[in-house]
Amino acid sequence: MADAVPDVGLEPGSVGIVATQTLTVASPPDALEMDCGRRLGPIQVAYETYGRLNPRKDNAILILHALSGDAHAAGRYRPDEPKPGWWDLMIGPGKAFDTRRYFVICTNVLGGCKGSTGPSSENPETGKPFGLTFPILTIGDMVKVQKLVLDRLGITRLLSLSGGSMGGMQALEWILRYPESVQSAVIIASTSKLSPQSIAFNEVGRHAIISDPNWKNGDYYGGPLPATGLSIARMIGHITYLSETSMNQKFGRRLLNQAEYSFEFKREFEVESYLHHQGASFVKRFDANSYLYITKAMDYYDAAVDWGGGSLEKACARIRAKTLVLSFTSDWLFPSHQSRELVKALRQNGKDVSYLEIESTYGHDAFLLENPALTRAVGSFLDNLSEGGQVS
Amino acid sequence: MRRRLRENILVSDYDRIVTLVEPGSSVLDLGCGNGDLLMRLQRERRVRGQGVEIDQNAVIECIRKGLSVFQGNIDQGLADYADASYDYVILNQTLQVIRRPAFVIEEMLRVGRKGIVSFPNFGNWLVRAKLLVGGRMPRTKKLPFHWYDTPNIHLLTIGDFLVFCRRHGIEIQRQVNLVQTPVFRLLLFFLGANLIADEGLFVIRRRPGT
Repeated sequence: MADAVPDVGLEPGSVGIVATQTLTVASPPDALEMDCGRRLGPIQVAYETYGRLNPRKDNAILILHALSGDAHAAGRYRPDEPKPGWWDLMIGPGKAFDTRRYFVICTNVLGGCKGSTGPSSENPETGKPFGLTFPILTIGDMVKVQKLVLDRLGITRLLSLSGGSMGGMQALEWILRYPESVQSAVIIASTSKLSPQSIAFNEVGRHAIISDPNWKNGDYYGGPLPATGLSIARMIGHITYLSETSMNQKFGRRLLNQAEYSFEFKREFEVESYLHHQGASFVKRFDANSYLYITKAMDYYDAAVDWGGGSLEKACARIRAKTLVLSFTSDWLFPSHQSRELVKALRQNGKDVSYLEIESTYGHDAFLLENPALTRAVGSFLDNLSEGGQVS
Repeated sequence: MRRRLRENILVSDYDRIVTLVEPGSSVLDLGCGNGDLLMRLQRERRVRGQGVEIDQNAVIECIRKGLSVFQGNIDQGLADYADASYDYVILNQTLQVIRRPAFVIEEMLRVGRKGIVSFPNFGNWLVRAKLLVGGRMPRTKKLPFHWYDTPNIHLLTIGDFLVFCRRHGIEIQRQVNLVQTPVFRLLLFFLGANLIADEGLFVIRRRPGT
């Protein structure tokens, strides 16, 4: 595998210029058995790696992305790429996920649209995009595919894995499904199951897509995209990622390039313009069907049901990984009490778990933004693991 | 009622707490700070330890040490913890800073088979003298804060704690009076712990049948 190439004049702490790679797993006859009962394969997976795998292959950390993320977690594709990878603040030499010491891997999830097999990929049986013929997938299916990728890379045991939001749900699923394969996990701004409020927001987003006349039952590839629907879904999503305080600070009631109301139905407030911009730019980089499939996978996830017959405490009995659970004070989409519920279930089983609720006004988005406490907490947790500082 | 063990010692409360805890037991440290005590308990007594701490930076220090720590406010109780789920629950230099000390002590004796409580003794002669002679809120080595910025909102004396335990059905299994110099250990013998000890350290449990 090609490593990231450092020293190309990027900012200090950057992993440098990176490239997304792909590999194929679950080729028939070993197609993936999905939770919905159908089989899928071959499956292509996009991934990036940063740092170097040591000869003992015990310094690997898997990063798990959220709903709209991808394999590009750190570095830049080109020196002039405007934005680095989505978790560049956390991954790099000297950062929390220190690439001088750890081999960091990030894959695009199954069902995604950034290089991994998803509804926009070509169905080998028909030669046309899957669209709605793509099987309904689960968080468990995503994790099974990630395990196949690690097996291919020769990594049998992860030093750690980490993700925020849906990434945290995958991290939890990992330590439940493969307890022997993970030494530790950092679960950030996440939950063992979505609240009805979160499912409700997801459904409004999906309904916006499905109601778009261009959606055509998911068969829109090659024609006009259901851009309005996907854009509205993203706008709703963005409202839930922010907090009342952060919106107040960011936009206030400021008007856009005008001093007075225009008495027309056009975009006047800065917050309106921001949301429309977010919606429009999302349409350019994300597939509407992927949005439907991935939000559905989030809605279905319930670790207690899947692993403990409805009891989270019972489910957590199988966990072997040392875990760090983090939440943010202003996150109302994945509120702290959901994290605490997971921590409680782990503690009731006598598991090695730590919990910190980090002060932030940025809402759910806080895990993606610069936050010294987040960096220090994750960095300290990993330092201790790799230094073998824990008392056995 | 069993006879209460009493001792008057010079060592720090950390040192004494470490030796009070049975090797291999389970410990919940309420208000564990940066985890130094838990670390010693793990190293020297091989305990299975967990901490609760409210301060973010202290929690991160615990994480750096590899400890299992939960950020929470112990004044809100220990509802997440089952009855008798720890051998010891420790309240080290924390009793005087919490809002609901009686409630927290009840909770610690529900969750732990035994409680270990230590606190600065407000009945100490120097504290009394500073208030009596100076007429100002006492500041000492153990109580270094000004009245307006102190975290200590429920200061108490060793005498107060003894009365509290008697009235709340709590059995004191061991009372350790900590003093700083040998002279005071001698004085303590004549004048009593409440006047001489710098700190009180108690091993308590719920009195059987209450």
